[in-house]
Amino acid sequence: MNRGAAITVSGCGKTFADGTRALSPLDLDVTAGETLVLLGPSGCGKTTLLRLIAGLEAPDAGGHIRFDGADVTALPIEKRNVGMVFQSYALFPNMSVIDNVAYGLRVRGMAKEGRRAQAAGVLEMMRIGALAERRIDQLSGGQRQRVALARALAVEPRVILLDEPLTALDAALREHLRGEIDALLKRLAITAIYVTHDQAEALALGDRIVVMRNGAIAQVGTPRDVYFRPADDFVADFVGVTNRLAGTVRNGRFETAAGVVSLPPDLASPPAAAAGKGAARLLFRPEAARLASPVETSLVFEVVQVEFQGARQKVTLKDPSGARILVEAPADGTLLVGGAVGLILDPGRISLA
Amino acid sequence: MTAAMKPHRLTFAFQLGVTLLACAFLMVPAGASILAGFTVNYFRGISSGLTLKWIGEVLALYSDTIALSIAIALGTLGVTLLIGVPAAWALARRPSRLTRLVEELVTLPVAIPGLALALALILAYGGIRDFRMSPLFILTGHVLYTLPFMLRAVMAVLAAVDVRTLEEGAASLGASPLQRFFHVVVPNARGGILAGALMVVTLSIGEFNLTWMLHTPLTKTLPVGLADSYASMRLEIASAYTLVFFVMIVPLLVALQLFGRTVEGAAK
Repeated sequence: MNRGAAITVSGCGKTFADGTRALSPLDLDVTAGETLVLLGPSGCGKTTLLRLIAGLEAPDAGGHIRFDGADVTALPIEKRNVGMVFQSYALFPNMSVIDNVAYGLRVRGMAKEGRRAQAAGVLEMMRIGALAERRIDQLSGGQRQRVALARALAVEPRVILLDEPLTALDAALREHLRGEIDALLKRLAITAIYVTHDQAEALALGDRIVVMRNGAIAQVGTPRDVYFRPADDFVADFVGVTNRLAGTVRNGRFETAAGVVSLPPDLASPPAAAAGKGAARLLFRPEAARLASPVETSLVFEVVQVEFQGARQKVTLKDPSGARILVEAPADGTLLVGGAVGLILDPGRISLA
Repeated sequence: MTAAMKPHRLTFAFQLGVTLLACAFLMVPAGASILAGFTVNYFRGISSGLTLKWIGEVLALYSDTIALSIAIALGTLGVTLLIGVPAAWALARRPSRLTRLVEELVTLPVAIPGLALALALILAYGGIRDFRMSPLFILTGHVLYTLPFMLRAVMAVLAAVDVRTLEEGAASLGASPLQRFFHVVVPNARGGILAGALMVVTLSIGEFNLTWMLHTPLTKTLPVGLADSYASMRLEIASAYTLVFFVMIVPLLVALQLFGRTVEGAAK
């Protein structure tokens, strides 16, 4: 059932003709069948990396791309058997929906009845069978997106590459289609590489996420890794709101102005850069902490502001040094601005930088 | 309300008057010329009677120039299609400083006077006698002059449909460059190709400057024949000849206008 290809990117950099360095030479392994998300701000090189894997661009000398071990670096995209979904969809306006979806089969020499039947099957799977004879300019944005995905899948590629496929759609539709794509990719067990700048999309879709910055990889990890254990400040900030507490690591504990935090074993030694002084910063997400009575914990803050949001509340706290943090907690109505409150951190969801 | 309308009406009447006057200024000579083609004796006026005799004489004297003009126009169209469409595709798929330079170079003949272009052709190739004597010499000049119009029309459409991404889409589905050209590029450039084709045929049929320098007594096109008839024939024959030219060129111009409108509409 698993027909996705494993992809190996080794030493692939990209310098454009005008001298712009889009990508520093990097290595990346994509497991067969996994969904890998390339996440980063615009200009970080994520689309360039996708285009290198697709075969739309050639890497600088020394770079190699392998599908299931076979070197495809010299092959143009039409010989790589990849499916691609473009941000603008790139549907052919001169063909009907079903002819668009059947096009890959047409250039493979399949007879008309056969390819139309197969294309109709893919349209049914995407639940857009009724649109088969429509012209492209008669479709809504969401329908175009489905047709583009159907067209890419119709040739049964070993790899599907998606370049910001949902960016052109409005928020509600985006979320709905995200769920559909997620279910589809998991069911087909195809290797998928998905480029986005939207952290919510990345966290929801990725088996693993590659966070990119300035043409280099900042972190590779599962969505939980990237979210709760960001490798650095950039990743922490790019993927959601982050609290930071300054302090020192000593004897497996983190000492800060508000008190002391016991570190899990894998964090007990400070990062190399800070090893000399033991100084470090503790990073955690607003929802990785729980409010408690000051007597239950050795970490105590003063309540600065409470923002009631119905089922939950956003609580701003400050430590004796004046540093502020944000905590999300169930609303219970017992917090008083100016009062003291304890904080318990989930040891599995904190990191040091 | 009526007080406000009054100056409006006056302005409108004034504008209408000016417009009609301007139209008359342009139309009266055209009408006089058309009438001259049907008049037995132009200097005696319509009172001398109307006739189709002059039209018949034009067809007898100059039908070969009409045939040659049509042949050259179609030949020019064929060559500009063969060169222009693939060239536009090549220029549109990888825009760079080099492609912009090529585009400017190809457009240059539009800015250079036809006479200068013709002189250059004669200096360069006039020595090749068979070529100089053949209608292909004129065809070469027409291709040089009309190619930029085909190129620009096709390039504009290719840019509007974002042909690079469409091609990448086709390539990702396994299409070879040739398949991409015929399945995706040409069908989606159809509007530009048709507009360019109408333009090329119209320009070629009406071209005089360059053709006048390039023609030989045996390779006269319609506009050159016109000049010839003005210089050496009765005014009535020249007028009748103009009429024939009109009948050929006006439908092309109308088609160009109508077509340009539908292409614009489709683009919106």
